[in-house]
Amino acid sequence: MTSNTWLPSHGRVGKRRAAAEIRRDAEFAAFTAGAAGRLLHTATLLTGDREQAERLLTATLARTYADWLRLRADDPYDQARAELVRRFACRPWWRRPRGGVLARLTAQERLVVTMRYFEGVAEEQTAAQLGLPTDRVRAIGARATATLRSRRYDPAGPAPRAADRTEGRPPSGRPQEPARTVAEARDRADRAARRAAEKVAP
Amino acid sequence: MRAPNRRDDEVRQLLDTPHPVVPAGLVASAAARGRRTVRRRRLARQVLWVLLVAAVVAGIVLAVVTWPDRQDPAGGDTGDGTWWSPVGMGPISAPFLR
Repeated sequence: MTSNTWLPSHGRVGKRRAAAEIRRDAEFAAFTAGAAGRLLHTATLLTGDREQAERLLTATLARTYADWLRLRADDPYDQARAELVRRFACRPWWRRPRGGVLARLTAQERLVVTMRYFEGVAEEQTAAQLGLPTDRVRAIGARATATLRSRRYDPAGPAPRAADRTEGRPPSGRPQEPARTVAEARDRADRAARRAAEKVAP
Repeated sequence: MRAPNRRDDEVRQLLDTPHPVVPAGLVASAAARGRRTVRRRRLARQVLWVLLVAAVVAGIVLAVVTWPDRQDPAGGDTGDGTWWSPVGMGPISAPFLR
């Protein structure tokens, strides 16, 4: 760990830093195990392209890892999502997104739709993160909704939604409050599927 | 919180697809990149501290070396027990000081 042991403080500082690194690695692994799928979904919705979304997510997670010891009581997911949104919003115009579910929307409309409807972020918070007035966010959201409803873009045909729904139900009869956002519902479905897979595997 | 809206629900249904599978090496590469960032930041901070300390030491040394010699002002001790300051208090007599 540290080579100079002739000064007592040096050894202690090295140990403390090593402990912090170990803690950071463990907490980051736990965080990504739970949140990477959802963040990748968000990035895919924003960029519309799988490869670009993975690159965006890698950069975001790297920044989150580097800042991990700085965010003390903040929600790391919120920080990571804010970083993702910032990185996407600061892109130059020639790197505009193409394709995906939201193929017919502009980058700003994608941001608003993803944050408002997929992540369920409040209008005021969305406006603050994008640097827009709240009314403007509402107007962009309404326009994007109208665009999306005017002609459904569905490259792979209608998805088997009903099957997903039944699969995504929590298996036990434990009372659970309904999911408030799309992303949260998907998180629960993923967790339930993983639990079922673990139950089958051993 | 506003009331649920049918149009918004349609958009939510459109977005309601399963999470994509995260590639196996993505988290590891992100952590490696983050580790590099941490190392770079630490190095930058150490370099800045060293520069700051060097600047302070250099300033002190320069001040000590190039400090101007003290020159006796034109006035001062008059030799008969009184003195006056060149700053501007005027002559102060010994009885006044006592």
